[in-house]
Amino acid sequence: MIKKEMIAMLLAGGQGSRLGVLTSRLAKPAVAFGGKYKIIDFPLSNCINSGIDTVGVLTQYRPLRLNQHIGIGIPWDLDRNIGGVTVLPPYEKSENTDWYTGTANAIYQNLEFMEYYHPKYVAILGGDHIYKMDYELMLDFHKKNNAKITLATYEVPWDEASRFGLVITDENNQVQEFEEKPPVPRSNKASMGIYIFDYDILKDALIALKDQPGCDFGMHIIPYCHQRGDKIMAYNYQGYWKDVGTLSSYWEANMELIDIIPEFNLYEEFWRIYTKSDVLHPQYFSANSKVSGCIVSEGAEVYGEIYNSVIGADVTVEEGAVVRNSIVMQGSTVKAGAKVEKSIIAENVEIGENTELGLFEEAPNKYNEKVYAGGLVTVGEGSVIPANVKIGKNVAIVGITTADDYPDGILASGESIIRQ
Amino acid sequence: MKAIGIILAGGNNKRIGRLSDKRAISALPIAGSYRAIDFALSNMTNSKISRVAVLPQFNARSLNEHLSSSKWWDFGRKQGGLYVFTPTQTKDNNFWYQGTADALYQNIDFIKKSHEPYVIIAAGDGVYKLDYNAVLQKHIEKNADITVVYTNLKETDDDLTRFGILKLDEDERIVDFEEKPLVAESSDVSIGVYVIRRRHLIEILERCAREDRYDFVKDVLVRYKGVRKIYGYKLDSYWRNISTIDSYYRTNMDFLKKDIRDYFFKEYPDVYSKVDDLPPAKYNAGSDIKNSIISSGCIINGKIENSVLFKDVYIGNNCTIKNSIILNNVYIGDDSYIENCIVESRDTLRPGTNYVGTNDEIKIVVEKNVRYIL
Repeated sequence: MIKKEMIAMLLAGGQGSRLGVLTSRLAKPAVAFGGKYKIIDFPLSNCINSGIDTVGVLTQYRPLRLNQHIGIGIPWDLDRNIGGVTVLPPYEKSENTDWYTGTANAIYQNLEFMEYYHPKYVAILGGDHIYKMDYELMLDFHKKNNAKITLATYEVPWDEASRFGLVITDENNQVQEFEEKPPVPRSNKASMGIYIFDYDILKDALIALKDQPGCDFGMHIIPYCHQRGDKIMAYNYQGYWKDVGTLSSYWEANMELIDIIPEFNLYEEFWRIYTKSDVLHPQYFSANSKVSGCIVSEGAEVYGEIYNSVIGADVTVEEGAVVRNSIVMQGSTVKAGAKVEKSIIAENVEIGENTELGLFEEAPNKYNEKVYAGGLVTVGEGSVIPANVKIGKNVAIVGITTADDYPDGILASGESIIRQ
Repeated sequence: MKAIGIILAGGNNKRIGRLSDKRAISALPIAGSYRAIDFALSNMTNSKISRVAVLPQFNARSLNEHLSSSKWWDFGRKQGGLYVFTPTQTKDNNFWYQGTADALYQNIDFIKKSHEPYVIIAAGDGVYKLDYNAVLQKHIEKNADITVVYTNLKETDDDLTRFGILKLDEDERIVDFEEKPLVAESSDVSIGVYVIRRRHLIEILERCAREDRYDFVKDVLVRYKGVRKIYGYKLDSYWRNISTIDSYYRTNMDFLKKDIRDYFFKEYPDVYSKVDDLPPAKYNAGSDIKNSIISSGCIINGKIENSVLFKDVYIGNNCTIKNSIILNNVYIGDDSYIENCIVESRDTLRPGTNYVGTNDEIKIVVEKNVRYIL
């Protein structure tokens, strides 16, 4: 008989629309992070480092890149005879066919998967945070407290607390109440969206609420169990935890990696982060190159200058080009003489010769002011920007563009070119 | 699946000095991210040869560690796989491999049990790309008994007398084969890659064993050169052997040239290696990198010039590394100066260390200190 003590269900179906053009062709968990990684590498590596060898990855939005990345789980040692990683997309049924309508609904639709492993506990994880967490310690806490549900919490600064779903606990960390984005917070313990359930409790609740539209853990399942009287504990996580849900927070989290001793340290022997790397060869710096405060991935070739930047695999920075305060992802080329300032350049982008990014005074983005903010230039996957153009701040560009798209060779701050 | 592959990885050579104290030549790190044997293994897998045996002997631990999983080269299939055959004592034999032919003979069961009609034998210490099928194709066309891959080293300043020197007629048949001659009469050298029909190999090996002959070059190629049809196949692209300090140093330095990097790293097919899951290299303020190769996991605070840094190297503040090769997982303390050196892997250099070699005599640095009290 197949039996696993704990399996993990990793929710990776979201678009992450606040990442704008970065997620126009791929799901948020497949977005690159820290040069060579993808966001999903962090929860997947956490799983295997915590001793969880059975992981269901629930996909929905644009899953191709995620599927290619995960494969059969080799990079995370999740290629197992029994267990390992299984990608779980929505599927057609005889009576009805539903997309995943909410986080809990997605799990409900995969009851059969969980049932197969006869787990005692199920961990529910999100696929969109940067953190290192030992789920085994959380499970120990869960067992010690005889909890039915344990949710991980993170202490956020009081003045930001009203942006989060908060948890109010007693002195033993047992959950008393929930507050969703209250104007006056009574607690600063934010729920991280990470749960450990006793499997029978989870199964019960999912079946009881199966007809709930958009069934969600935070909004429906947890309150339901709480009301029913199940013991819910809060596990206070104290390590690094970073939400990379907006372009600004994504950019900041990347930039933090280049600090002398970064708060989130990828260089520790312990708790390694694994990823699928198809580029193995080393990087090269030419005789005229300059570099300071950067992390640079395999296969990059630097002939120009890079400062305070995160450079992905196989990136080429040509002679005379300058990249500053930017993220450049795998396979992109910054051509000779180009200047890139405070930009996020997605995969396989070509920045033409002498083109300059991140110039002029800031102006709010006309296409989507909320998404494209913070003075960043965001360039989507596979885009081409021609030579000799000047591009402002709060700009989004995606698609193959030519000189005709830039009247007078200029794209002012706040403008966008979106070609899907 | 016309052929099986056998990689001869047993060799040691005094001319590589202390670098082979703890590893076989085939396990020597190359070009920042690779080991020498990766080239032969990648050639095998890129030539769709799926059953490959590696025959190590000398200092095999480092090599075995590198080959601990065959998945990096896409072996480990139901039809095929990567087999590592270190010498073992058996009922009939309690000797080490006494030579290359003996190494093959001691594994003759593997050769006999295969069903592929041909065998590709390759040395594990060459840095090159080659489609072995092209060699096999020519072998079949020429109806050869053995085909030997050779290259011309006229353009290099390598010492020819350390190789097997070939003389070929206009049909590329080998008319003379001299192993490590006193004077090299030609610059065509064998690269240690042979194609031979499997049944023919079995026959030759059994005969060698009966006659107490152990060396594939001396006792097969040289001895049979007039009797059997031994043809050459010319490799026109980059090839280097790395079994002396000088050639090892220069081969690594070759990767500072763009055309060589492009040939190995960018052009099809790729070279594969064991994945180490190291983070991207990190360059703190104070880094100054000129014409150098840096590998993943490195943390750099100093000046690097015309050098090759392997994986997981730490360079302290105010250091200068010049014309040097720093092997895997080396820690170099602040204010150190290294020039014309090869620093052995896992070394820990105290702050203020000074090592200077010359271009003609590259210094091998082996220094063991306890890292974590620094």
